[in-house]
Amino acid sequence: MLLRHTPKEISERKALMINPAKTCQPIGAMYAALGIKDCLPHSHGSQGCCAYHRSTLTRHYKEPISAATSSFTEGASVFGGQANLVQAIDNIFTVYEPKVVAVHTTCLSETIGDDLPQIFDKAKKDKKVPEGKTVLGAPTPSYVGSHVTGFSNMVKAMAAMAEQGEQKNGKINLIPGWVEPADMEEIKRLAGLVGAKINMFPDTSGVLDGPLTGKYKMFPDGGTSIEDIKASGGGIGTLALGEWCSADAARLLDTTCKVPCSVIDMPFGLKATDRFIDALRTIAGTSVPDEIAIERGKLVDMVSDMHQYLYGKKVALVGDPDQLIAMTEFLVSIDMSPVHIVTGTPGKKFEKRIKEITADMGREVNVKAAGDMFLLHQWIKNEPVDLIIGNTYCKYIARDEDLPFVRWGFPILDRQGHQHFPTVGYKGGLRLLEQILGVLLDRKDRDDPEEKFELVL
Amino acid sequence: MGKAHKLVQWDPHNVKEKLLEKYPPKVARKRAKQIMINEAQENTTPEIVANVRTIPGIITMRGCTYAGCKGVIMGPTSDIVNLVHGPIGCSFYAWLTRRNQTDGINDSDSNYLSYCMSTDMQDSDIIFGGEKKLEAAIQEAYDLFHPKAIAVFATCPVGLIGDDIHAVAKKMKEKFGDCNVFAFSCEGYKGVSQSAGHHIANNQVFTHIVGSSETEKNEKYKINLLGEYNIGGDGFEIDRILEKCGITNISTFSGNATYDKFASANQADLSCVMCHRSINYVADMLETKYGIPWIKINFIGAEATAKSLRKIAKYFDDQELIDRVEEVIAEEMPAVKAAIEDVYPRTKGKTAMLFVGGSRAHHYQELFNEMGMKTLSAGYEFGHRDDYEGRHVIPDLKVDADSRNIEEIHVEPDPELYRPRKTDEEIAALEAAGVDFKEYEGLNPMMEEGTIVIDDLNQYEAEKLVELMKPDLFCAGIKEKYSIQKLGVPMKQLHSYDSGGPYAGFQGAINFYQEIDRLVNSKVWSFMKAPWQENPELSATYVWE
Ligand code: SF4
Ligand code: SF4
Repeated sequence: MLLRHTPKEISERKALMINPAKTCQPIGAMYAALGIKDCLPHSHGSQGCCAYHRSTLTRHYKEPISAATSSFTEGASVFGGQANLVQAIDNIFTVYEPKVVAVHTTCLSETIGDDLPQIFDKAKKDKKVPEGKTVLGAPTPSYVGSHVTGFSNMVKAMAAMAEQGEQKNGKINLIPGWVEPADMEEIKRLAGLVGAKINMFPDTSGVLDGPLTGKYKMFPDGGTSIEDIKASGGGIGTLALGEWCSADAARLLDTTCKVPCSVIDMPFGLKATDRFIDALRTIAGTSVPDEIAIERGKLVDMVSDMHQYLYGKKVALVGDPDQLIAMTEFLVSIDMSPVHIVTGTPGKKFEKRIKEITADMGREVNVKAAGDMFLLHQWIKNEPVDLIIGNTYCKYIARDEDLPFVRWGFPILDRQGHQHFPTVGYKGGLRLLEQILGVLLDRKDRDDPEEKFELVL
Repeated sequence: MGKAHKLVQWDPHNVKEKLLEKYPPKVARKRAKQIMINEAQENTTPEIVANVRTIPGIITMRGCTYAGCKGVIMGPTSDIVNLVHGPIGCSFYAWLTRRNQTDGINDSDSNYLSYCMSTDMQDSDIIFGGEKKLEAAIQEAYDLFHPKAIAVFATCPVGLIGDDIHAVAKKMKEKFGDCNVFAFSCEGYKGVSQSAGHHIANNQVFTHIVGSSETEKNEKYKINLLGEYNIGGDGFEIDRILEKCGITNISTFSGNATYDKFASANQADLSCVMCHRSINYVADMLETKYGIPWIKINFIGAEATAKSLRKIAKYFDDQELIDRVEEVIAEEMPAVKAAIEDVYPRTKGKTAMLFVGGSRAHHYQELFNEMGMKTLSAGYEFGHRDDYEGRHVIPDLKVDADSRNIEEIHVEPDPELYRPRKTDEEIAALEAAGVDFKEYEGLNPMMEEGTIVIDDLNQYEAEKLVELMKPDLFCAGIKEKYSIQKLGVPMKQLHSYDSGGPYAGFQGAINFYQEIDRLVNSKVWSFMKAPWQENPELSATYVWE
């Protein structure tokens, strides 16, 4: 047993985190920045952080992840990283020629108190930022929040680039939150079907799901252009998906550019997708085509067809707040029973939302923000479940406890598909169901005694 | 793969020029010294600059000191609780992401490898200091697991806010009595690469663990295997072979390591150094403090494995062992030969580039040679000059500011445990018979004339190299993998091996031949263009049946 030292009885821990359900801010900022067209993310700190973030994203996507670093040495750590960053900006624009450099900080540069705007001014004064190029920055201290906070901070930095146009451009700003490239693609497709004109940022589709052609493009064709990001100031409104990932940027656009906003749940599962589509068509003033209603109907159909295998099944969940909120709602709506839910990201609001969503389940659920997977495992030992849903690290729990396991979230280091097949929208709901039913029924087929083994399920 | 365009001849000087062309002048000057053309020069051998700072903004392959310390050296140990003091990320990324295999067999049946522990510092800890939290975390880890040792690792912010992790460790060690607690000041900003982290880790293991074992090892032919990390099970294969020969590997630093194996290292009669970069200083210290001589060996490549076994046997100077080693080689070699014969027609003449670590860019050339493949260009990610040019340059190495802040520990012969394993005369006789002690000749002599040796290769240069020289295979790490493969060139990770392994020893060599054959001859590289892209002109009309 690979987690054989995890005891069943739970003792309170105040200082020690074991098997975290979160990681640090910069990786989120890096992922968000990859959703800007022709942009090189830059990590302002020592080179190790950048190497780790690139490696993790590479393992998750099996795609090249380019990002530069200020490569702090001990001297820079003591005297400040200005010289390193100015030199880095110069080298980046000369050697890699991006249109945009999106800088995020690290624990190190935050601890010494480097001030990004001031360093950018210096770089501009020294003529290190060529004409027509953009440098933007987000503070991402990892001793606050989590990777989700870092993502949100970088998206907020994008919103801070917005320019208030003379006129509204007739588009809805859509902030998708930390979802996969395939999900971003699917959100665009759904908006297109509804007839809503959207300006979506960030957009990693076409960036982290690239083809093999014999050519390497450091800056692939996808991503939201910096012009479009700037134009978000002229949007008719902002639809932000996910309180944790997207709300800050949307509210900033509201205060700085008077673009009204609405924050709704990420469209995972039936009801959250219903709200998403409904919000889109209301804002855009269009009617929803039959095509979408048919997709929806297919999802409802599959739930009804297979309800007997889902009903009452207990689920343990680990992931990020926005995703878990929508997923919990989906599971409850199909009469499954999410009983243990952990996120590493802090926020009491999360626990409250989950409690509301599960209120009618007729039982208490275990939920914790700023929790860890060690605790989740202990909960499972105390009350076993039928299914675990979460990132790849769950496989150690799944193996020890012999549990069916669906990979969903970040990071997924040992399976493929998440970058190509969406889990948002009704079609995404179908895929989630397919995966859930797949592991549950495989388990049934494995465990059923011979006389009960059935051909038709 | 349509490689007709491959016959273009390239001149190494030309290639070097092209690599530097686009850089700002300052960067070009610096990089020029780290790109060396391997060619004879009047009276001297070419020199390379290595172990120097990475240039800000230039996308490097390197990681940090913490990665070298926690990730590489301490990562593979099963029965020590590794606790990272810092914000969460550093610990998260080093969680199970290297493929160092561990069987978890040790006297306390402990395996903490699959656990990731951190103090998860928050802003209040940064402002008010994190010592209290660290102390509490150590206590909680002790209460939960009762391990025999807890190792504490500092990440960047810790050094800056001045937490005294060593004092906390000492206090807790004294408090517990039955648990050794020690700490590593391996903040990522120290040094210029992972290499500094290896050094910090090894120094602490040497100071806090080596020599403390109570159990006496009475086996024959006892060795230490230094600088072997059991990636993909390499160490398991090496141990299999050693066992078969009757040689006892007391302690591997640090593949599949346990606390007690580290603690017993002083009882070996010979240290065998695999990765010179990460550990040569430990070999020196083991000799000075305990009297154990060291030799350089290499178990990557079937011939190199045979050679290394013979060298070890010769050292022990015992006919029984010498004969046994020959028997083992004779038993193992036919399968190796058969595997080479199988792949050779398909791998012969293919070309490779290797940019990894601190020894593999050298060692793996053995395997490529056995397959008839030529290495066009190679270099280390965090090697030092002696790893390129050989140990004779060590006295001339400049100690710069970045190396100076890495602690060098000074050791003396241990009053009780020092016992020279060979007399000076015996050493001299062995040397005369071809066993060279404390010797490593480096990567450069292995490389053909006119090849290009590049230190700390970066993303831009890698792409250019591939574009200009069109190798059949590129070897580096995970961050480089997919940009190279997008170019249509297969890429093999030689840090973590992607998947598979072992590649060390005899069975490992066979695995490697098959793996490289698979990679360079995979059909997938022929599918990059669709039929309509191959022949875009509508020259023929569609032919119906
Ligand atoms: S130092 Fe901070 S930013 Fe860097 S990897 Fe660690 S937690 Fe993340
Ligand atoms: S913070 Fe420092 S120790 Fe942690 S990954 Fe970054 S460079 Fe390495």
